[in-house]
Amino acid sequence: MAAHLSYGRVNLNILREAARKELREFLDKCAGSKAIVWDEYLTGPFGLIAQYSLLKEHEVEKMFTLKSGRLPAADVKNIIFFVRPRLELMDIIAENVFSEDKMHSSRDFHILFVPRRSMLCEQRLKEQGVLASFVNIDEYILDLIPYDGDLLSMEYESAFRECYLENDQTSLYHTAKGLMTLQALYGTIPQIYGKGDCARHVANMMLRMKREFAGSQNQILPVFDTLLLLDRNVDLLTPLATQLTYEGLIDEIYGITNGYVKLPPEKFAQKKQGEASKDLPTESKKLQLNSAEELYAEIRDKNFNAVGAALSKKAKIISAAFEERHNAKTVGEIKQFVSQLPHMQAARSSLANHTSVAELIKDITTSEAFFDNLTVEQEFMTGVDTDKVNTYIEDCIAQKDPLIKILRLVCMQSVCNNGFKQKVFDYYKREILQTYGYEHILTLNNLEKAGLLKPQMSSRNNYPTIRKTLKLWMEDANEQNPNDISYVYSGYAPLSIRLTQVLARPGWRSIEEVLKMLPGPHFEERQQLPAGLHKKRQQGENRTTLVFFLGGVSYAEIAALRFLSQMEDSGMEYIIATTKLLNGTTWIKSLMDRPEAQTS
Amino acid sequence: MMKSKADEEDYWNSSKFKAFTFDDEDDEFSRLKESKQAVNSIRRLVEEDEDEDDVEKVSWSGEPVGSISWSVNETAASNQRTDREPAFPKITTDTATISKSHSGYSLSSLFKGKTKGGNFPTFTDSLSDSSVRLYAPELRKPKSEYKDYVSDWSPEETVQRMQQGKVVSLEKFRSLQDKLLLLDYAVCAHDGNVITAVLIYLKRTLSKEVLFRELESRQTALRHFISYLTETRAQRLLLELLRALDRTEDVALLQYKEHLSIIDENKRRDFLKSCLSLPFSPEDTAHIQDHYTLLERQIIIEATDRQAERGGKVEIFQKFPRRASILNMPLITTLYYCCFYHYSDAEGTYSSPLNVRQTFKISEKQYFVTALAARAKLKAWSDVDALFTSRNWLGFTRKKSPLGFQRVVDILQKNSAPTQVLQDYVALVDDAELRITLAQKHKCHDIVINTYRDLKDRQQLLGYRGKVERGSAEERKIEELLNNQQIRWKN
Repeated sequence: MAAHLSYGRVNLNILREAARKELREFLDKCAGSKAIVWDEYLTGPFGLIAQYSLLKEHEVEKMFTLKSGRLPAADVKNIIFFVRPRLELMDIIAENVFSEDKMHSSRDFHILFVPRRSMLCEQRLKEQGVLASFVNIDEYILDLIPYDGDLLSMEYESAFRECYLENDQTSLYHTAKGLMTLQALYGTIPQIYGKGDCARHVANMMLRMKREFAGSQNQILPVFDTLLLLDRNVDLLTPLATQLTYEGLIDEIYGITNGYVKLPPEKFAQKKQGEASKDLPTESKKLQLNSAEELYAEIRDKNFNAVGAALSKKAKIISAAFEERHNAKTVGEIKQFVSQLPHMQAARSSLANHTSVAELIKDITTSEAFFDNLTVEQEFMTGVDTDKVNTYIEDCIAQKDPLIKILRLVCMQSVCNNGFKQKVFDYYKREILQTYGYEHILTLNNLEKAGLLKPQMSSRNNYPTIRKTLKLWMEDANEQNPNDISYVYSGYAPLSIRLTQVLARPGWRSIEEVLKMLPGPHFEERQQLPAGLHKKRQQGENRTTLVFFLGGVSYAEIAALRFLSQMEDSGMEYIIATTKLLNGTTWIKSLMDRPEAQTS
Repeated sequence: MMKSKADEEDYWNSSKFKAFTFDDEDDEFSRLKESKQAVNSIRRLVEEDEDEDDVEKVSWSGEPVGSISWSVNETAASNQRTDREPAFPKITTDTATISKSHSGYSLSSLFKGKTKGGNFPTFTDSLSDSSVRLYAPELRKPKSEYKDYVSDWSPEETVQRMQQGKVVSLEKFRSLQDKLLLLDYAVCAHDGNVITAVLIYLKRTLSKEVLFRELESRQTALRHFISYLTETRAQRLLLELLRALDRTEDVALLQYKEHLSIIDENKRRDFLKSCLSLPFSPEDTAHIQDHYTLLERQIIIEATDRQAERGGKVEIFQKFPRRASILNMPLITTLYYCCFYHYSDAEGTYSSPLNVRQTFKISEKQYFVTALAARAKLKAWSDVDALFTSRNWLGFTRKKSPLGFQRVVDILQKNSAPTQVLQDYVALVDDAELRITLAQKHKCHDIVINTYRDLKDRQQLLGYRGKVERGSAEERKIEELLNNQQIRWKN
């Protein structure tokens, strides 16, 4: 089920296997039949680690979602709660346990905290008077979850908000812990580079944790040559731009969660021919998206404008393969054809799905609204009129377009202009508050604190210099056969990825000036390897860099890094890790003050 | 695509802008059709045996069969109803769904205690009870082993043990110095869980003044403390702390935020009034003032209108019953409401649109768009017309608009204005090209024909003849023009 994790340069299946092993060990600790009560949020991430079959092998007979009231009846010896360490969940658990005791029964209770146990939660259980009812209280450390052969995410949604708004560095502690686990499995990473305050912080913690383990040397031959830690606030611009890769657009429009996307069912309606299609499905269609699907792996990172061609090419190949049956004459040939059928069917259904998805997306990307929005984004990124009130934004506000769309654009303009003149700033602020409600003053304040929105200080606008030096805008981005990462945004090359690219060659020394303009320190650290673990590199062998985005990364940035990995002369392969997979909308939403209050 | 800038053309053709255009790649997407056809033609061949071994089994809801979230639904469902088909699970409707917005293990989320009915016992209460130690039972040990566990750990060791989830007692750190040492070690460990645990202990055993003073020089610990107070909703203490730190703007915003949880509109209004004296930044003060004024007005308008509606005597409320109360709606929505129901109210009244506009300094454009939409919705075309009409000093009237006429057409069309109305405004669009596009879209034939005539574009006019109805007045008009010898066609 997870073979795709091992195809990459680094076998991330090892990480998954380690996680599975720990899970089995925990389950075996609770001898006898069991039922698991799930914090619903966890089922998504857990699905990437284990299937039900694994649990079943270890005598898990029932599974329920955690809810208040009485536990459903189940004839099992153990009840195990799989929960995040959150206080309100403790209250529900206490309720469950209480109503249980009243009804006789001698079932054992266990709690597995994911990803960390919390003294406060245990304290809470104690106050509720149920702590003593638990035979086992344990933690299941799930910091970095493998999402694909080259992608790890902590799915820590509030990491950016906590780091840059609330100055709460807990997520960084978990990041450092996660990186230590990774090093335990894949060897010490000899070189660490970083840019930004959070990066510095994580590196410091890693070095300190390593000193604490000084007794035991890691004897694993290092898989990673370099670790690059990047603060999201070094590049606030990129996530605000609309992603134009296939995967990026799926995420922008429908949202990808835990590797799945839910799509409107209409285009997937026809199930079988001949059958009367009277009842159209009303439930949305859920698709899993990862590189295990050959076709998806091929097209996910393409600019959307190149997807149509790729799909039709694939269609021809598949049609031709099915036509082969006419040529099969001998029994042997027929047998061979039949043996290939399953694979061909999978390819066929995959093609059908992605053709439908592409159609759905095309309806949106060809709309005037999408085009206008993109035009304005590109104006900002190229520095056109960023210092004035933008008419398009004004019109969008007058039309009462969704607030998040407005905020994305205004923030983008602010970032590209290094802040607004007071008059412009006040104007936008007033228009937004008058149209969407005064309570959003809280959200605007958050955006200001995070640096996404700001009044111009006397300092000059650095963005043009940064843009020119790092070549953030490429005039002739080739969408069909890209030769530069700028294809992922049809012209804009993501700043974060340019920094990564320059680090590999020719090195950051060449851009000292620009690095100084970006927030936070940049640094380099080395970790000593025990003698004998120094890699003897074959000639032409690629180096491997782990790029860790603190505060989130977008699918388009991931696509750009994959593109760099595939470039023949880059000499570098990238593995990507992040606190959260995000897009401009989910990101802004995480910074809003009580976005749910909007509806009330 | 339709910018009104005159240099639009040059802009796209000459400059570096690469629009995300699909026009020249249209065949790219016609290929989507190709691949779809291919898929369909293959389908019949293979439909007999779907879901071979190699294909991951997926139920209709899309969950792979056997995945955890699928199985949760499945085993839960089978628990309720014994004989269920395994392939189509129905998601059981939860009575109490857990909020999924936060991913969980952050400092802030540690404290997401739900307040049921408002009597949420905070940590202040809970920790000041008889319990004297933070209790974290360890695994693989019988319970008896950690009963009455007493030891003499140093602050550093204590923090380490806490990090490992082992039993510790903080009570032995009695002196201020020891307590602060403990806090400093916790901060060095960067483990939010431990830092917060220590802070709770300090909060219980130190006076506010001392705690605040010491936290001021310990920024990390301070942030964790603020975070902890925020999440446990210890509002009063938090405000005190922020005041002590002189973070006045934060105090103001935090206090202002509380209005969101006040449901009664009169109480909310009074609360907002009390916020006016808070130390906001000067710009924000103006907004808060507006917020208060707005709610105050809404309450008055709501009371009057509700009565008028019930009385059944005011025509507009009978014809267009109000769909919701105006309370707590944004300003522009309120303006729309006033333009809809109170357009001709005297300027001195609270509900008069002009009064609203003046009081809140609404920009000309915003006012215009809102009034236009509201009057168009009511099909009050004379009001719409009046909005544009201005007289110059000679007494001639001409139509003027603070926003492009193409946007005006857009708004009118959205409010289903008839063609006769639309064409008046389409005709006012300056750019000929744009005018033709709009006119064609909205079937304003006269404008299309006249524009082609003015452009002396015979070819286009010929082409357009095929698009109008046969034997219609438009067709005759085109014929006349085409036969007119006076016109010097350019093609």
